[in-house]
Amino acid sequence: MLSRVANSLYWMSRYIERAENLARIMDVNMQLMLDFREAGSNRSDAHWLPIIQATGDETLFGEFYGEVNSYTAQEFLTFRADNPNSLTSVIAQARENARMVRDQITVEIWEEINRLYLFLRSSRAREMWDSNAPEFYQEIKLGSLYLQGLSDATIPHTEGWLFMQSAKYLERADKTTRILDIRHTSLPAKGRPEKPLDPHESLEWAAVLRACSAWDAYRQIHGADIGPVRVSNFLILSKDFPRSVIFCLAALDSALRNISGVQPGRFSNDAEKHSGRLLAEVQFSSVDDIFNHGFHDYIDLIQQRFNQIGEALFDAYIFKPFNEGEETLQQQQQQQ
Amino acid sequence: MPRPPLTAFATVQAITLRAFSPKNKHLLITSGVQISQDFYLQSFVSIASLRSKVLTSNYQCDGFFDEMLSIPEGVRSHYRQFVESFNQLSDLEFDQKRRGIDVEFLRQGVTFNVYGNSEGTERIFPFDLIPRIIPAGEWETIEAGLIQRITALNLFLHDIYHEQRILKEKVIPSYFVLSARHFRREFVNFPVPNDVYIHICGTDLIRDGNGKYLVLEDNGRCPSGVSYVLENRRGMKRAFPRMFEKIGVRPVDTYPSELLKMLRFIGPQGVGDPTVVLLTPGAYNSAYFEHTYLARQMGIQIVEGRDLVVLDSRVYMRTTKGLQPVHVIYRRIDDDFLDPTVFRPDSVLGVPGLINAYRSGNVSLANSIGTGIADDKVMYYFVPRIIKFYLGQDPILDNVPTYLASEEADRKYIMENLGQLVVKAANESGGYGMLMGPSASKEEIEEFRKRIEADPRNYIAQPVISLSRHPTSCDGKFEGRHIDLRPFILYGEKPYVMPGGLTRVALKKGSLIVNSSQGGGSKDTWVLYGNE
Repeated sequence: MLSRVANSLYWMSRYIERAENLARIMDVNMQLMLDFREAGSNRSDAHWLPIIQATGDETLFGEFYGEVNSYTAQEFLTFRADNPNSLTSVIAQARENARMVRDQITVEIWEEINRLYLFLRSSRAREMWDSNAPEFYQEIKLGSLYLQGLSDATIPHTEGWLFMQSAKYLERADKTTRILDIRHTSLPAKGRPEKPLDPHESLEWAAVLRACSAWDAYRQIHGADIGPVRVSNFLILSKDFPRSVIFCLAALDSALRNISGVQPGRFSNDAEKHSGRLLAEVQFSSVDDIFNHGFHDYIDLIQQRFNQIGEALFDAYIFKPFNEGEETLQQQQQQQ
Repeated sequence: MPRPPLTAFATVQAITLRAFSPKNKHLLITSGVQISQDFYLQSFVSIASLRSKVLTSNYQCDGFFDEMLSIPEGVRSHYRQFVESFNQLSDLEFDQKRRGIDVEFLRQGVTFNVYGNSEGTERIFPFDLIPRIIPAGEWETIEAGLIQRITALNLFLHDIYHEQRILKEKVIPSYFVLSARHFRREFVNFPVPNDVYIHICGTDLIRDGNGKYLVLEDNGRCPSGVSYVLENRRGMKRAFPRMFEKIGVRPVDTYPSELLKMLRFIGPQGVGDPTVVLLTPGAYNSAYFEHTYLARQMGIQIVEGRDLVVLDSRVYMRTTKGLQPVHVIYRRIDDDFLDPTVFRPDSVLGVPGLINAYRSGNVSLANSIGTGIADDKVMYYFVPRIIKFYLGQDPILDNVPTYLASEEADRKYIMENLGQLVVKAANESGGYGMLMGPSASKEEIEEFRKRIEADPRNYIAQPVISLSRHPTSCDGKFEGRHIDLRPFILYGEKPYVMPGGLTRVALKKGSLIVNSSQGGGSKDTWVLYGNE
């Protein structure tokens, strides 16, 4: 497979996953705000600011808007074309990458990405968002899920698909930690939180679960008993929940090893080394280890490790083949 | 929830309706995908009982040659079966089929990019549902004429890059060839594989007021449009499956496999199973859709310049598993941009060292380098002589009468009749660099007069040909619109002409310009097995 193609497939897949997560975050938190009406606009600031922070684009936000409120936050994360991580930008980038590899993906996948793109650019999208935002975000979420179904059902599960899988799980693991981290300020820097939750906080932690589509799965295990420790345990360490960090890491690790064909427990490049090592570390951690280390710090740390895996993957499959050619070429020219 | 087509359709409709309300004008303009308003007007205006009116007195031939109708006989015999079937459709059905195809094209992104815009605007190629039909007998002549022409052009290219007999015998003045912008001196005496220069040709044909087929120009570099032929046919088959069965239309969808067969045939000697790739300038090129489409249909890799590297005079592509050899390149990049070390040094689209690999015989290119000279409109003037010289035959398909501005007598005639002539720059295409005398302003005419005086070698002139017309659905009724035809010819082991081609239609009333970049649309072209 061409390196450039692998790169495009990888980013197409990441952007789609990113869009879905963004849509869920927005949807859930907007609905949550409806419960906070009586609490006044202070609560609104406090509610949306961490969400902007979690996307990592706080500075950019400050350049466009004076205050953080429900409207500016959503506008920024949904339609703002000059925010590279807004829903509109992310879908446009997914489509741009898909366009580069149109010959490699199926017609069905291309058409769905194109449909999402055209939808977001249409005035209907704005109207729908104004009149019925949940329906709007639902449209994006369903688009992403439909695309995942299509890539599983219409693409041969070979190299290209494996790059898409790696991208999806890496992005998903990262987003799960970011969603989880949104409410970190209510937690102690180190150690388990002891303070009982106020009703608002309970709702906020429930929103974290919903934003990861984890509400139903969580309730089957823990009932309606919501708390930061259980939620963290579930979203980081649940072996079976498909959006938990550990689940995503295992899927990522397996996709990476399938690309190179290397045995479990071994590695043939840095991406496999980093992912295998991180997976093992998380597998051999308990939720107490996480809180003892310091919740926010831990999240920060594994996010850095995700980036490291992404970079190593790029080096191994995309960058290196380019450079190898370049170096040999230069040597040749020197010899001539 | 229900997925497309319903959802997608609703989306399209919303975009469209918005597009026409003045208040929201900016929305359409600021959005990345601009949608041709005409296209949508046609799609959404309710089309009431228009089919039955095709053949009624409402339809005017206006003295032009009409492909479907002749006066006073009525429907020409090769259209009769189609018109019969067509008239059995209800208006509602026809309307649905039109919408079906339009929405389908938008969803699939069957688009072309328009230049001159900061981020490359994508447009849908407007498609008209009424097919252009060519009977078998007529097609035989066209096919023979096209094969004759490509054969002669290949012999000509070989000759001018080797012995230059045609120049020595003064059939063509040397000056015209040696001064041609696309004559590649670097490739004189270079043996191209199998002596074939033009492997893929898209020759533009028109019909004059008497219905006579004439060659308008040869496109021997990177002719595009074939993907629309294939997509149009796919759409039509889905819309009118029974008609195809009944009427007997020759298939076009073998083109990709014929193309691949040809590309494999020209592989370097000694390579048993050549790796073929399609080299594209990238996603912002106007024909990018076509590039991906063809690559997908042929099952070959589509590469950009940066995906290829030349080592030791061999071409490789950069893959996740390291470098892999490439043997044949179907390049959709002009000569000038192929290799920055040989041609334009500022080209970022090309591959450094590619020409060296080509010279060493390790990689084949389709088309070969240096074919641009056959596209030179001055050379076009000489094609009848070229055919006679190499094949000893008279041309089966005639040229449009042409005047060369560099010939004294012709130039005098051109200058005196600028208002009645079409003037063309010798090396432009896509409808650019053209003067349509009858519709031009005084200033434009004077501007061209100056240009011709300054550089006569670069201009030719032709009388305005009243292109044939074809019933086309326009704003809810059928009207005659001017059309041309671009058939595609492959030249590998033996020549192959795809039965059909791209029929382009000038959607603007009275317009003679069919180029997609200037308001043209397309039709499916049916070549019949029989004559009726």
